[in-house]
Amino acid sequence: MNAKETKEFAINIRKETVKCIGRLGVGHLGGALSIVDLLAVLYSGVMNIDPADPRKDDRDLLVCSKGHAGPAVYATLALKGYFPLALLDTLNRPGTRLPSHCDMNRTPGIDMTTGSLGQGASTAMGIACANRLKGYDNYTYLILGDGEIEEGQVWEAALFAAAKKLDRVIAFVDYNKCQIDDYVEKLCALGDIAAKFERFGWYAQNVEDGNDVEQIAAAIDRAKARSGSGKPSVIVLNTVKGKGYSRIEGALSSHNMTLSPEMTAEALSELNEQWKALKEEELP
Amino acid sequence: MSVKAAAGHGMGDKELRAVFCETLMDMAREDERVVVLDADLMNAAGTKPFRAAFPERTFDCGVQEANMIGVAAGLSSRGFIPFAHTFGPFAARRACDQIFLSCAYAKQNVKVVGSDPGITAALNGGTHMPFEDLGIMSTVPELTVAEPCDAVSVERVIRLAKETYGSWYIRLHRKPAPVIYEAGSEFIVGKANLLREGSDVTLIAMGYLVAEALKAAELLAEKGVSARVLDMWCLKPLDEEAVLAAARETGAIVTAENHNVINGLGSAVASALARGCPAPVEMVGVQDEFGEVGQVPDLARRFGLTAEEIVRKAEKVLERKKAR
Repeated sequence: MNAKETKEFAINIRKETVKCIGRLGVGHLGGALSIVDLLAVLYSGVMNIDPADPRKDDRDLLVCSKGHAGPAVYATLALKGYFPLALLDTLNRPGTRLPSHCDMNRTPGIDMTTGSLGQGASTAMGIACANRLKGYDNYTYLILGDGEIEEGQVWEAALFAAAKKLDRVIAFVDYNKCQIDDYVEKLCALGDIAAKFERFGWYAQNVEDGNDVEQIAAAIDRAKARSGSGKPSVIVLNTVKGKGYSRIEGALSSHNMTLSPEMTAEALSELNEQWKALKEEELP
Repeated sequence: MSVKAAAGHGMGDKELRAVFCETLMDMAREDERVVVLDADLMNAAGTKPFRAAFPERTFDCGVQEANMIGVAAGLSSRGFIPFAHTFGPFAARRACDQIFLSCAYAKQNVKVVGSDPGITAALNGGTHMPFEDLGIMSTVPELTVAEPCDAVSVERVIRLAKETYGSWYIRLHRKPAPVIYEAGSEFIVGKANLLREGSDVTLIAMGYLVAEALKAAELLAEKGVSARVLDMWCLKPLDEEAVLAAARETGAIVTAENHNVINGLGSAVASALARGCPAPVEMVGVQDEFGEVGQVPDLARRFGLTAEEIVRKAEKVLERKKAR
């Protein structure tokens, strides 16, 4: 993975995410932006995928269980060539192929339908079981929200994955510290998430800056090195909700928010500045 | 019609769970996509022989119904055909959202098998006695909802579920049951089976009540009443054509189900009649009560799920028909 290119890719994903939510005027912007760096890493060579053949049977699969982050996933897939960028304009419009929450039957490149929190944890384990039955050594990636892991089903799936030794599962917790009604710490504190998974029999890592593509990639490398250990892997990403648009970073109100044309312009201008700064780093 | 009603309807010699397991094993031998999941009730479901024969294709998840349904959905998304069993209430009530979203909404091919329908939960009592599962599951779009009643129909329905893409909810009585069908009877999704022709009244029954309806038809015949009997083994999609034909041709309907009359067979039939051919209906079934502990025959009397009750309701509906 080329770190600089991946950072550029992340900025582009953020811009497309902001644009498509901005065009509609409302959407789950905060929790979409917080996982963008992870998506940029996964789709920069980590996942074995082919945009020209989205259903290739032995590909790596991704379950975005926090289905409301759909717009960020769609922006990523469009930039990777799964479908034209223009399709992003249809987000949440009547008859769209890009609904708020991920839908495998509507969107090329989406591997599982999600939207009721917790369920993607189990379907990801089912996918991993299926891949093993098929004799593949591909990976199943799973993205969980932090508020989402308050769901009991996630811990049923966590027990199951360890019991069945699904060591080709790599899960991520988007620990952006915010849920809808309050900060996670205040509403239903999660404690030491990595330690909890570890006690459930998982190989668990904490990534200090979950919006840093190099730290994310290094953690995935360590997780992959453990394939064959019999333990599923979890990577807790300390992220910032709304990352990339300073006005909403860390704001509870960014979960499902109004995005005015002015705010859209402001966000895009900030992202363009980030792009310029990145380019300037290249200069001698 | 290629359905053959067996003569006499004596008690079958086989537990239906044994038929269930043999069918799964036959299908698994023929098709490597067939997999079996359970939530620590393989012993109850009689599927341990499947586990012994196909250990890699068996996923006993432990006591976690929600996760089991999700795992089944994941397997389905990769092309497998999962049969996921638990007791009916824990499928329909506890894993309702998983069946709704991960299976039906996601257009998966998961066959959910809920055992011990209604009073057949017997000594497990009210906590385990689903009088609501058909209602809950019928409201999930695109889900096929079925209840076989004997050994032949269990084999037919399980095979049909495997051969028909989409998610299903299948009620399964585990114990021996009266023989209703002769081998070779054909089942078609969305088609009721005509078990006995009749012209005065139609008895539309499901599951445990099918044998009672046939007994009731005999009792009615002794009283000079000609009763048609339909096995509405497929509650959804409902065979509205057969229901409307029954209304037109016999003018009176009695439904009989091992379930709450609210949102079960009675409701579905009444709704079809109201839209297509209004006719008097009486409903044999649980009158919006919780289950309780007991032996099946006692519970059948307690909740009015007997041939005698069907006869009583048939006489009532015939009076209403006459008064029209």
